[in-house]
Amino acid sequence: MTRSKSLTRSTVGKKAVMAVTGLMLVGFLFFHALGNMKVFFGGDAFDHYSHWLRTVLTPILPHEGFLWLARVGLLAAVIGHIWSATSLALRAKRARPVKYAHRKPVQGSYAARTMRWGGVIVVLFVIYHILDLTTGHLNPNPDGGPFARLSADFAPSRWYVTAFYVLAVVTVGFHLRHGLWSAIQTLGRSNERREKFLKGVALGFSVLLCAMFLSVPFAVVTGLVK
Amino acid sequence: MTFSDYTEGEPIKDSKAPEGPIETRWDKRRFGAKLVNPANKRKLDVIVVGTGLAGGAAAATLGELGYRVKSFCYQDSPRRAHSIAAQGGINAAKNYRNDGDSIHRLFYDTVKGGDFRSRESNVHRLAQISVEIIDQCVAQGVPFAREYGGLLDTRSFGGAQVSRTFYARGQTGQQLLLGAYQALERQIAAGTVEMHSRHEMLDLIVIDGRARGIVVRDMVSGEIETHFADAVVLASGGYGNVFYLSTNAKGCNVTASWRAHRRGAYFANPCYTQIHPTCIPVSGDHQSKLTLMSESLRNDGRVWVPKAKGDTRRAADIPEAERDYYLERIYPAFGNLVPRDIASRAAKNVCDEGRGVGPGGLGVYLDFADAIKRLGRDAVDAKYGNLFEMYERITGENPFEQPMRIYPAVHYTMGGLWVDYDLQSTIPGLFVAGEANFSDHGANRLGASALMQGLADGYFVLPNTIGDYLAAGPFDKVDESHPASKEAIAKVTGQIERLVTNDGDRTADSFHRELGQLMWEYCGMERTEAGLRKALERIPELREEFWKRVKVSGTGEGLNQALERAGRVVDFMDLAELMCLDALARTESCGGHFRAESQDADGEAQRDDENFSYVAAWEHTGSAPVLHKEELVFEYVKPSQRSYK
Amino acid sequence: MNLTLRIWRQNGPGDKGRMVTYPLSDVSPDMSFLEMLDVLNEKLILDGEEPVAFDHDCREGICGACSLVINGTPHGPQKATTTCQLHMRHYKDGDTIDIEPWRARAFPVIKDLVVDRTAFDKIIQAGGYISAPTGSAPDAHAVPVPKADADAAFEAATCIGCGACVAACPNGSGMLFTAAKITHLGLVPQGQPERDERVLNMVHTHDELDFGGCTNTGECTAVCPKGIPLETIGRLNRDFLKASKV
Repeated sequence: MTRSKSLTRSTVGKKAVMAVTGLMLVGFLFFHALGNMKVFFGGDAFDHYSHWLRTVLTPILPHEGFLWLARVGLLAAVIGHIWSATSLALRAKRARPVKYAHRKPVQGSYAARTMRWGGVIVVLFVIYHILDLTTGHLNPNPDGGPFARLSADFAPSRWYVTAFYVLAVVTVGFHLRHGLWSAIQTLGRSNERREKFLKGVALGFSVLLCAMFLSVPFAVVTGLVK
Repeated sequence: MTFSDYTEGEPIKDSKAPEGPIETRWDKRRFGAKLVNPANKRKLDVIVVGTGLAGGAAAATLGELGYRVKSFCYQDSPRRAHSIAAQGGINAAKNYRNDGDSIHRLFYDTVKGGDFRSRESNVHRLAQISVEIIDQCVAQGVPFAREYGGLLDTRSFGGAQVSRTFYARGQTGQQLLLGAYQALERQIAAGTVEMHSRHEMLDLIVIDGRARGIVVRDMVSGEIETHFADAVVLASGGYGNVFYLSTNAKGCNVTASWRAHRRGAYFANPCYTQIHPTCIPVSGDHQSKLTLMSESLRNDGRVWVPKAKGDTRRAADIPEAERDYYLERIYPAFGNLVPRDIASRAAKNVCDEGRGVGPGGLGVYLDFADAIKRLGRDAVDAKYGNLFEMYERITGENPFEQPMRIYPAVHYTMGGLWVDYDLQSTIPGLFVAGEANFSDHGANRLGASALMQGLADGYFVLPNTIGDYLAAGPFDKVDESHPASKEAIAKVTGQIERLVTNDGDRTADSFHRELGQLMWEYCGMERTEAGLRKALERIPELREEFWKRVKVSGTGEGLNQALERAGRVVDFMDLAELMCLDALARTESCGGHFRAESQDADGEAQRDDENFSYVAAWEHTGSAPVLHKEELVFEYVKPSQRSYK
Repeated sequence: MNLTLRIWRQNGPGDKGRMVTYPLSDVSPDMSFLEMLDVLNEKLILDGEEPVAFDHDCREGICGACSLVINGTPHGPQKATTTCQLHMRHYKDGDTIDIEPWRARAFPVIKDLVVDRTAFDKIIQAGGYISAPTGSAPDAHAVPVPKADADAAFEAATCIGCGACVAACPNGSGMLFTAAKITHLGLVPQGQPERDERVLNMVHTHDELDFGGCTNTGECTAVCPKGIPLETIGRLNRDFLKASKV
């Protein structure tokens, strides 16, 4: 077996794919959250940021060129992430054909145990999120600009949308809390001395990211931004 | 079958032992031994039974040499052999400490430690090879303890005055065994060794006077199989479990050795058993095995019992003046650090006086209060923390708060199948290695010497000597159609059938326990003529009762652990009888064999070199066994009386 | 004390298996868990029933034979303790105890609580050794080994190969076992020449034997009787990626 082939076939290789793609997606989430903070500078600033994303690096790239490159990259990362996760999950299922009659987890944190179902929730949310705010198909104000769609989304009457958003963000937080450290461990960059520290960093980062994402609906619902 | 008496036969001689200056003998033998050319090795089959240090190392090395090896063990993996449980360390005459050690000193210490009942040639070879063993194990990646400079650390052990014991924390046996196991797995992967785990050897097949194969039971399917080869190596361990309670693993048994004995291999010095002084005492009838606490505890712990008989106060409530630190009192020079056999017997004596502590009065205190006061709790914790934890796990008592309770337990058996210098038994083609043979420890084994001997036999001795025998091969092809094979299979299946169909009302374990109590009482730490005669009377009665009343549920098919145990008890009963007979015949005290009739004015063991400077090799006859004596000659180490006062 | 035991009984690999309830009375708190099963078995034998088959040997926590999942936890409730060293004083009168075998496709049940763990031997065969034929060794002091490396190698080498890591892992992965050997041999200088081949071959063999993949849940190290740390898996990952030329 060649080395490259052996890499993607092996469980460690799959895990590495999951780690690398996961880190790419975490990078995206961070810049996404950072961009979202524009909302606190007013609707215009938010819309302007959105416009800038479409024109960045023009004329080297065509209009929206950067955005599409990013989208393709993200899609590839998502596919890689889901492929490795599915493949490992199926493997795990096969590895234990008879379940325990009495099973209780010993140490695994809630986050570690919910990676798979958490991942599914996040995927569903991402699909909804794109149809809602990117394409506008599921948005009550499909023809509005980015900020208009945003404010329409989190209107108090549509509390269930806000609730779903909050749930999804929290799920992402849990997913990252284990996932971030796990990626570092998978890439062989953790050790016993660093483990506690790295887990703390993963937790801190996840909380920060959640806070950033949740601040947007909070601001809209409370009328902090209009 | 009973053998309450014996006859004396022709003396036996080790015909392979070379002569000349002792340092040259091993070289001489290797040069004198015939060689097998590499092309022929591929045509020669060798069976190795047991995968401990001796068996695992032998199978791996023979595989490397090019022989076709079949390896057998009763465990689910060769890595679980009981060598894994050895704690202390392994001796080697490296003299890395520059403290005066040498091959000759290790040789001297071992002969003296064995109470002058071992062969000088063998022991000298062992000391020579000890050096190579450490090199070999390091090359395999065994993680020995090291000093900050990156060189190997050593400690002194078992009363030796030099620091020659290499160790890996308290798990030296584990690390050495895993080294041998990994070497073995490498050969399995290379196709030179065929592994048969969960297989138990139940008989030896002897054809035309040569060991040519074995009968095994596949413990998973229950099938009785035969395997044939040009030579058979037994490395099946010791027989301490004849006492039921010992520090051996539950599965350790004498069956392979005993069946070989019944087929003609002489059994040497069966009465030499080692009793280890620091074990956790028995807590009740349910007890299934005993756990050793490292001997190193005696470096800082003080051994005592109450002065008064039947004192049931808690240890803390007994004032200093009413405590008897008996080892310090009787042996002021060595105090708590007297050798194993002496510490054990002293504990037994105070308990027999009714001064023992704990359940049943079978225990003495090992007290760390002084050490804690002197060194501080942290220092004691750093030194013995893991041992204290283990003790607490088992007893529920914290040694920081109350003294440990310890009691001696059977630990190792120096006796075993008789072998010559080549490790060949009296059956041509049957070789015996490790604890299963009798050769190197005499009447008492020193600490950290068992690992040395197992690996010496397996890695270096056997692979060099077996060729001398195999050079005459390959022998005629034989298979299961041979009458000797058929007879062996019939015997094995007959016994299994008898066991599973016997409609009794007692378990095999209950007989084993009873046998163990009998042996501990009459053939344990102190033996007397009257006691041994009583045991020799009781054992045949027990055997008769066994066959009347034993109940084994299930059938011979498939995994049947009750059947496995019952079969082993059958052989233990036979062995027990021979042990008692051997102990009765040897009216002297030496090493692990203490005859109450033979002690000096201070109650110490009294050897009788004039009459007993021999190896007792017993031949099985079916009735009264025949004793063959092998005279021991001491040219380099003058026998002297051991004294530790 | 009196206990209710619910034990997995399975006649052989072909049998479906089921939990069977056995009441057991007069259990002494000083008994070990296995001695408690001995008592049950003696009773079963005298009743003409087949005793419960379970693996055990040294009964002092080092051979790695014992392998029971007790109330859902491999080796039971006490940390860093094998089943054979677990004592009944951790239970109280009236308790119900569920006893099951290791459950993994790579460890098929042979009978009752006995499973076949030869898969572990196969992983070692794939490279869990240093090729040092007998007699070929240089002097033991020829290559010094830094104490820290020797100590860390020892820690990893204390693995007893019991398989509790696999039993506890939600993925049925044998990665902790594999990683312990990779770490042990990868830390000593003698293990360097074969380091890359070793990790590639051992991981591939591990994967081929139907073990699951590791997802860093840490269940393995929580039940490991020898406390082999998760760090060993990190080291395996690093070695594996490096050996794969990533």
